[in-house]
Amino acid sequence: MIFGYPLLSVAIWLPIIFGLLVLATGNDRNAPMARIIALVGSVLGLLVTIPLYTGFDRMTSAMQFVEMKDWIPLFNIHYNLGVDGISMLFVLLNSFFTVIVVIAGWQVIEKRVAQYMAAFLVMSGLINGVFAALDAMLFYVFWEAMLIPMFLIIGVWGGPNRVYAAVKFFLYTLLGSLLMLVAFLYLYLHSGGSFSILDYHQLPIPLDAQILIFIAFFFAFAVKVPMFPVHTWLPDAHVEAPTGGSVVLAAIMLKVGAYGFIRFAMPIAPDASHELAGVMIALSLIAVVYIGLVALTQADMKKLIAYSSISHMGFVTLGFFIFNAYGMEGALLQMISHGFVAGALFLCIGVMYDRVHSRQIVDYGGVVNTMPVFAAFFMLFAMANSGLPGTSGFVGEFMVIMGAVKVNFWYAFAAASTLVFGAAYTLWMYKRVVFGAVANDHVKHLHDIGAREIFVMAVLAISVLVMGLYPLPLSEIMHASVNDLLVHLARSKI
Amino acid sequence: MTYISTLFPAYAEIFLLIMLSAILVLDVLFPGKTRTMTYLLVQMSLLGCSLITVATHQVGVAHLFNNMFVDDLMSDVLKLLTYLSVSMMLVYSRSYLITRGLFSGEFLSLVLLSTLGMMVMISASNFVTLYMGLEILALSLYAMVALQRDSATATESAMKYFILGAMASGFLLYGMSMIYGATGSLDIQTISNVIAHGTANTSLLVFGLAFLVAGLAFKLGAVPFHMWVPDVYHGAPTAMTMFIGSAPKLAAFAFLMRILVETLQPMMIHWAGMLMVLAVLSMAVGNITAIAQTNLKRMFAYSTIAHMGFMLIGVLSGSIEGYGAAMFYAVVYVLMSLGGFAMIMLLSREGFEADSLNDFKGLNQRSPWLAFMMMLLMFSMAGVPPTVGFYAKFSVLSAAVQAGHIPLVIMAVLFSLIGAFYYLRIVKLMYFDAPESHEKVYVQPDSALLISINGLAVLALGILPGALMSVCAVAVQQSLLLH
Repeated sequence: MIFGYPLLSVAIWLPIIFGLLVLATGNDRNAPMARIIALVGSVLGLLVTIPLYTGFDRMTSAMQFVEMKDWIPLFNIHYNLGVDGISMLFVLLNSFFTVIVVIAGWQVIEKRVAQYMAAFLVMSGLINGVFAALDAMLFYVFWEAMLIPMFLIIGVWGGPNRVYAAVKFFLYTLLGSLLMLVAFLYLYLHSGGSFSILDYHQLPIPLDAQILIFIAFFFAFAVKVPMFPVHTWLPDAHVEAPTGGSVVLAAIMLKVGAYGFIRFAMPIAPDASHELAGVMIALSLIAVVYIGLVALTQADMKKLIAYSSISHMGFVTLGFFIFNAYGMEGALLQMISHGFVAGALFLCIGVMYDRVHSRQIVDYGGVVNTMPVFAAFFMLFAMANSGLPGTSGFVGEFMVIMGAVKVNFWYAFAAASTLVFGAAYTLWMYKRVVFGAVANDHVKHLHDIGAREIFVMAVLAISVLVMGLYPLPLSEIMHASVNDLLVHLARSKI
Repeated sequence: MTYISTLFPAYAEIFLLIMLSAILVLDVLFPGKTRTMTYLLVQMSLLGCSLITVATHQVGVAHLFNNMFVDDLMSDVLKLLTYLSVSMMLVYSRSYLITRGLFSGEFLSLVLLSTLGMMVMISASNFVTLYMGLEILALSLYAMVALQRDSATATESAMKYFILGAMASGFLLYGMSMIYGATGSLDIQTISNVIAHGTANTSLLVFGLAFLVAGLAFKLGAVPFHMWVPDVYHGAPTAMTMFIGSAPKLAAFAFLMRILVETLQPMMIHWAGMLMVLAVLSMAVGNITAIAQTNLKRMFAYSTIAHMGFMLIGVLSGSIEGYGAAMFYAVVYVLMSLGGFAMIMLLSREGFEADSLNDFKGLNQRSPWLAFMMMLLMFSMAGVPPTVGFYAKFSVLSAAVQAGHIPLVIMAVLFSLIGAFYYLRIVKLMYFDAPESHEKVYVQPDSALLISINGLAVLALGILPGALMSVCAVAVQQSLLLH
């Protein structure tokens, strides 16, 4: 309760209330009004989260900005919010991307504008809730509720195969979530009637139960990350989602899954995490290497970036399960960096799609001739995606590789191969799309990006460069929490 | 006078019976297609019943008529919810029935009569009272389904409903007579005491129990006794389907509680196993078959079967938390079911039934608000937070985990995942598809207001479910502990 108001509650409910206001503007006659209210809501939503950063105590790993109220007394469920050095960054990231998405959809979305903007604002609030919830049921409610707007975003404003993608997305995630619910129920009884996540962290659990709990959490979170064999929904969802949907999926939704691992699966079942670390590392490396190769063969740009996301998220889970500070912090930096880079790349593809209405690489060629400014931004993001030093993409990957060397040289070797594959698929795509002679009439008649698009791209480009050159402001915030987490993970809870 | 004043726990039933008789006579004086006066009288009778039930509420348990009738917190809460849901059903179905020429005095008095039957069931503490209440309800329902005389499907489903319902009643009576043979009593408390002493013949009791459970399963529509549900739901006029699918489920829950829990609690080891089979089969058949339906009423019928299976999980957990959860589930189910059927009637016009899935195509473009309400209802039926349907499933599952039924819980979870698919399909049709007709949706203002309240209640109770959950838990707890 610093600054006289409950920061986290405001960060959650302000976007939701603005979302409902936007919805109230009704049909497309009032579209300009809907856009303006949405922009105001998202910018306010970002502004109210800034005190989270400025007022954050970097010395402690304890939860900060804590709010606690009774919610469902019968089950001892509380409205309990709080952030530590890990979750706070994601609240900021999410609020930031909401603004980007609202601006990105400004003109592009023409039908049902109010519903589109409202869905993103409501989802933004719900995702803040996911990161801030300290009560397992509260977390679960936010976690499931955020599926609904995303389902609608993919299904209403998506591409030709949107219905299949939306239903697949929903059912995949629901399956994982329901198993997580069973795990929560078990923990509720085992802890003698508590839904507090922090209580669960301290709760001793026998190894076999830990393993089952870990598996339940694995289904919930691995689907969202997504990890190798449960990743197949992501390319479909990404390809069919509208640009804004893809950006939020890549920048935020995937992070929610990874966040689940470090907030739930690992600290609640540390012994099982160690026990199953080999499997997790193997799945992560398969994602890094195999999915990297899959990305190489894609003909659809969005699919390519979707597979590249899976491959990059493999780095994140690898970093978690090697249990050292380099790996953990590298993974977290990678999560944030990937949010910016993949989000930016989806925006770039969106820019081209809005003009040509194709995502196929073969439909392009020589874009640099007609869109030089755009090509420059696209270049920077492509480089960041392939992990060029000096961009944010490099820092996280490098730290995870360093952490992996300490554990096993071959882990690091396999992981490092991504620097080759990542460069190969990203730059090859870039070359085919942007360079060469003008391929066809569509490309010939392209017009370069306007002020609104330049603004969005420039903000993202600056972020990518700043994080690549000077990541300290991020890592110092997460430092205390990461160290505490590692100490906690090293203790047995049996 | 003193005798009458001792009857106060049953004042609501007495009042309703008087009003019912009066309305039967008065209806003749107010002819006309819209029956406004009769309708208002019926609504006022329900309002009067609620006031009486609240006014005569007392702490503790009161028995009446030689222990035939009981008044406790659970009965009061269930009765209030019954009045509410009957009254909502009347608001929703009024214009639908008027356009079809079914809004007659007979219909309205049958509604009140079946409400009386439900009240008797809810307050029964003797097998005879239970059976009497059940038959008052069931016979009125048969007649209501058959009210549309010129419709072959309605007549057919009334026939099916009657024959299978009569068979179920037969099962119940047979089971009751077995229990009577073993214990020498029809009184719930006496039976319970005799069984607890262990003097009764166990094999006879189990034999009777099996018939009772079969009869109950018939009435609830649990698999494998569910065959009538889809046909009746489909064939009956939608207003009647809505009625069958709403308030009687509350009465059926009370029936379950009075027979299995209050009477045969010592035999839980036997009935819990039977209910488990019924629950798993119901969830499986209900959810999987619902996927294949193209008619919304049939789909709701199968979804009801699945929901009843879920509710049984709460009962078979055999704990006070479980019974409370089952009651909460029943209440939430009634709320969702009313909304779902209301939506069909709101979209229907004269000579046109909007009961095919395709009629919901592109509803978001025709009427965004109705589509939004329907979406809330569908997500609630699927059990997705932040709607109240999630908490219903959550509290039932929590009780089952507590009772150690982990495999059952995992099965329930997987079947509700399958269930999510067909609810999601409705949302898909409304939001992702283009409408087949661009005709404007016209909704009567009273129904429009009510469906908004209904849909938003599903959301509001989902955001703050604590109060209703506690009411159900306390109601069940007090009734059981004080008996």
